[in-house]
Amino acid sequence: MSVLLNLAQIATFYGQSQALFGVDLSIQEGQVVALMGRNGMGKTTTIRSICGMSRASSGSLHFLGVDISTLPSHQIARLGIGLVPEGRRCFSNLTVTENLLVAARARAEHNNHWDLAKVEALFPRLAERRSQYANSLSGGEQQMLAVGRALMTNPKLLILDEATEGLAPVIRQEIWQAVKQLKAAGQSILIVDKTIKELLPVADHCVILERGSTVFSGLPEAMSKTILQQYLGV
Amino acid sequence: MLNLTREQLLNGAVVSTLLVLSALALFLDEPFYITLVTKVTILAMAGVGLNLALGLGGMVSFGHAAFFGIGGYVTGILASHALNEELLFTAFGFAVFGTTNMLFIWLFAVLISALAAALIGYFSLRTQGVYFIMITLAFAQMIYYFSIAWPAYGGEDGLSIYQRNQFFSINTLDPLSFFAICFSLLLAVIFLVSRLKNSHFGNALQAARQNEQRLAAVGIRPFGIKLTAFVISAMITALAGALFADLNRFVSPGMFSWHTSGEIMIFVLLGGVGRLFGPVIGAGLFILFEYYLGGVTEHWMLFLGVMLLTVVLFARGGIVGVLAGEVKHD
Repeated sequence: MSVLLNLAQIATFYGQSQALFGVDLSIQEGQVVALMGRNGMGKTTTIRSICGMSRASSGSLHFLGVDISTLPSHQIARLGIGLVPEGRRCFSNLTVTENLLVAARARAEHNNHWDLAKVEALFPRLAERRSQYANSLSGGEQQMLAVGRALMTNPKLLILDEATEGLAPVIRQEIWQAVKQLKAAGQSILIVDKTIKELLPVADHCVILERGSTVFSGLPEAMSKTILQQYLGV
Repeated sequence: MLNLTREQLLNGAVVSTLLVLSALALFLDEPFYITLVTKVTILAMAGVGLNLALGLGGMVSFGHAAFFGIGGYVTGILASHALNEELLFTAFGFAVFGTTNMLFIWLFAVLISALAAALIGYFSLRTQGVYFIMITLAFAQMIYYFSIAWPAYGGEDGLSIYQRNQFFSINTLDPLSFFAICFSLLLAVIFLVSRLKNSHFGNALQAARQNEQRLAAVGIRPFGIKLTAFVISAMITALAGALFADLNRFVSPGMFSWHTSGEIMIFVLLGGVGRLFGPVIGAGLFILFEYYLGGVTEHWMLFLGVMLLTVVLFARGGIVGVLAGEVKHD
């Protein structure tokens, strides 16, 4: 296994206020890593730093050995990072199919596994909604579309930020089912989610953030009751 | 059985209206009305150009007069040199003459405006919102004052073109023939825009309008997409400017003025932002107001203003939105 993504001691600011004080995070190829921590501890900021939407002012960010700390967002995405942002951000003025096709890019150096048919096989609901505008979809369907759109870029690393937040239990299960299928197919995933009992079974590795720093990094089984209670409040 | 949406039916009605009006004018032997319909056609094309940037890309350019004027002045300058049999300039030992061939004129008009748009867009697209509106306006005003200050081509007085330029062996001075040329070009341009709209590029452009960061997250650079759209938009408006110069056989700095930018924007807003035939309806209404109300009162702009306010406040989709409903997917 080779290292896909490696963050070492990154610090990120929003204007004057510092959000990350030293985040360490490493993802191996084929791994599903859970990024955990209470609200406001820096999970989304870490993701924004990886994707180049917020700049880490110190520390190092490497993806496949490439320094991505100064690359613009679109180039980071082209290297193979597919983001599903928090809050189901689809292009509401485009149809389901158009949302997927915007992201589609065939690249010689990648295995171009994902296409419309594959995404629709993973989320059959999207096939029924092809020509509907994204803003006419239910929350769960929009989330599926956001995941599908990220997959269409044939990412080496898929990042899911709160993918099941605010969804009905049945829909949550469909999303988790898809995550399990992706994991079984060897997809590397960085995942943020609040429902720990659903998250832990799929995670190979857990990283916990506390006030913008990594305070735990290890196997899910290695998290003691004290750690869970102290850092996650469960 | 053809299954047409309401918008497609409306588009068909708009095309037919232009054709019927010109045929009626011919039948009644009133060539002036053919010229009026031709004017609608040309102004509509300028609006179609702006609509690509404004409607699909969300770029509120208040400087499209720059491109309309460049199209006009390229026509005027090339034609005046050719008609006076003067050299345009010499470069690398080659003497460059003007031309009265419309095809070449269109080509130069479109290319030169593309260069200007690439430059203007490169700087303007670093800003957003009100700043983008102001900086595009500022660029257009710069060109406006330059055209006034440049005596070689008439300065404030403008530049006359003694005769209409040539298009193969067609008699372009015949109103109906010239209308046919303009009308065909308008349809071709609208077809091009409709293809663009449904292409991968068009989807990315509409995605950029909604959220640039999200577009970057799927690996597409929003700046490149928007700049390309801005340049294509300018090229279409410049082609309209070239035709407008030939229609009037006269170009003046007025083509560059902010009034022109405002009028082109009014066509788009009245007709329907982002709607394929919106600018055609907008330009049609504008000319109708200008001609008929303008004959009654010189304050016809007041009524246009009231109408624009009504549309902006109560019918955000413009006239097309009122008649054909919300955007439907085809």
